[in-house]
Amino acid sequence: MTRSLTLPAPRGPVSSAVLEALRGGSVPAVEPADPYGDDLQLALHCCYELHYRGFPGVSPDLEWDPALLGLRRDLERTFLAALRAAVPAGDDVDAEVEALLVEPVGPQVRGVSHHLQRAGELWQLREYVTHRSIYHLKEADPQAWVIPRLSGAAKAGLVTVEHDEYGGGRPDHMHAALFADMMRELDLDDTYGAYVDRVPGATLAEVNLMTLCGLHRELRGASVGQFAMVELTSSPGSDRLVRGMRRLGCGPAAIRFYDEHVEADAVHEQVVRRSVLAPLLAAEPELAESVVFGIRASLHLGERLGDHLLGCWERGESSLLP
Amino acid sequence: MPERTHVTLTEEGPALVTGPVEVELPDGERVRSDRPVTALCLCRRSRRYPLCDTSHRTKVRVKEES
Ligand code: FES
Ligand SMILES: [Fe+2]
Ligand SMILES: [Fe+2]
Repeated sequence: MTRSLTLPAPRGPVSSAVLEALRGGSVPAVEPADPYGDDLQLALHCCYELHYRGFPGVSPDLEWDPALLGLRRDLERTFLAALRAAVPAGDDVDAEVEALLVEPVGPQVRGVSHHLQRAGELWQLREYVTHRSIYHLKEADPQAWVIPRLSGAAKAGLVTVEHDEYGGGRPDHMHAALFADMMRELDLDDTYGAYVDRVPGATLAEVNLMTLCGLHRELRGASVGQFAMVELTSSPGSDRLVRGMRRLGCGPAAIRFYDEHVEADAVHEQVVRRSVLAPLLAAEPELAESVVFGIRASLHLGERLGDHLLGCWERGESSLLP
Repeated sequence: MPERTHVTLTEEGPALVTGPVEVELPDGERVRSDRPVTALCLCRRSRRYPLCDTSHRTKVRVKEES
């Protein structure tokens, strides 16, 4: 987890332009690209990575390079406009939360964790973990951006959950560390960024949404909404993954990550609802629309990725890039 | 005065207890939780009893492929 890789390979003109700039070149003008496509999402991922761990050999100074930030802003606007067009607006946070707390059950439910529980094969589980590694090796980091943008009770509530995500002060309990343990047990490379070149735009888009909402104060409601969506839905999904992994005979270090999330997120759900959403909306009711946008946009991107995975697997194909 | 332990009884599910806790079950088994908040199952449906695993949630049976 300490090593980190070289720059990813470009996937079109926009990501080429960003990678060119990261190598020290000037930022060329680029035409707008498909908002969810590989090219734009990789370009955005690379821009954002400067704010996280950076890339070896890339000047940390580029994090605040005006030309690169200008390009990033164009990409963000394109991405955001597509999301706003894709999800209906709303401001009834309670109704969104209620809906997330109803659990669809039965053999007909379509979903990645449902499939992995019932019939998934080990290669599919390993692919799933590979996709998830883009986020989980920096688990909780994108949401940490929102902390200074909150105040009072909502801030304290969010930090309570974040503290738990970061292992409650024990580095080996950090969820990112548990994820790396799982990757190693599944014979995957747990190097930060190792699989960026292998995952499609649909995977990068989910994480890019988190960073986008975290880095823009204007989107702080959406950041909390995205966080709430994950915390509210993770516990039952994690339970399905634990059962799938047991069925596949995975080892204890592999099972531990999702096993921990069954229990942790049953608590996080409660804290997010009572100690984050409730005080946030009491203090700033005008954020309701942004919160709903965060919930719906993250669900929308999650569904797109889920469709990609299940579609590939139904055809017996890999969901990863070659 | 020691600080009081805060317990929240939720409408739909668990009791939320602040601070590290040790729960003793009728058979003498002790379950520890060091989280800042622990959710204790009151619905008795949890597969991780005495800890809540969200099994208290309303379930809807899906008839056709969703
Ligand atoms: S109260 Fe949540 S599972 Fe029983
Ligand atoms: Fe976590
Ligand atoms: Fe969590």
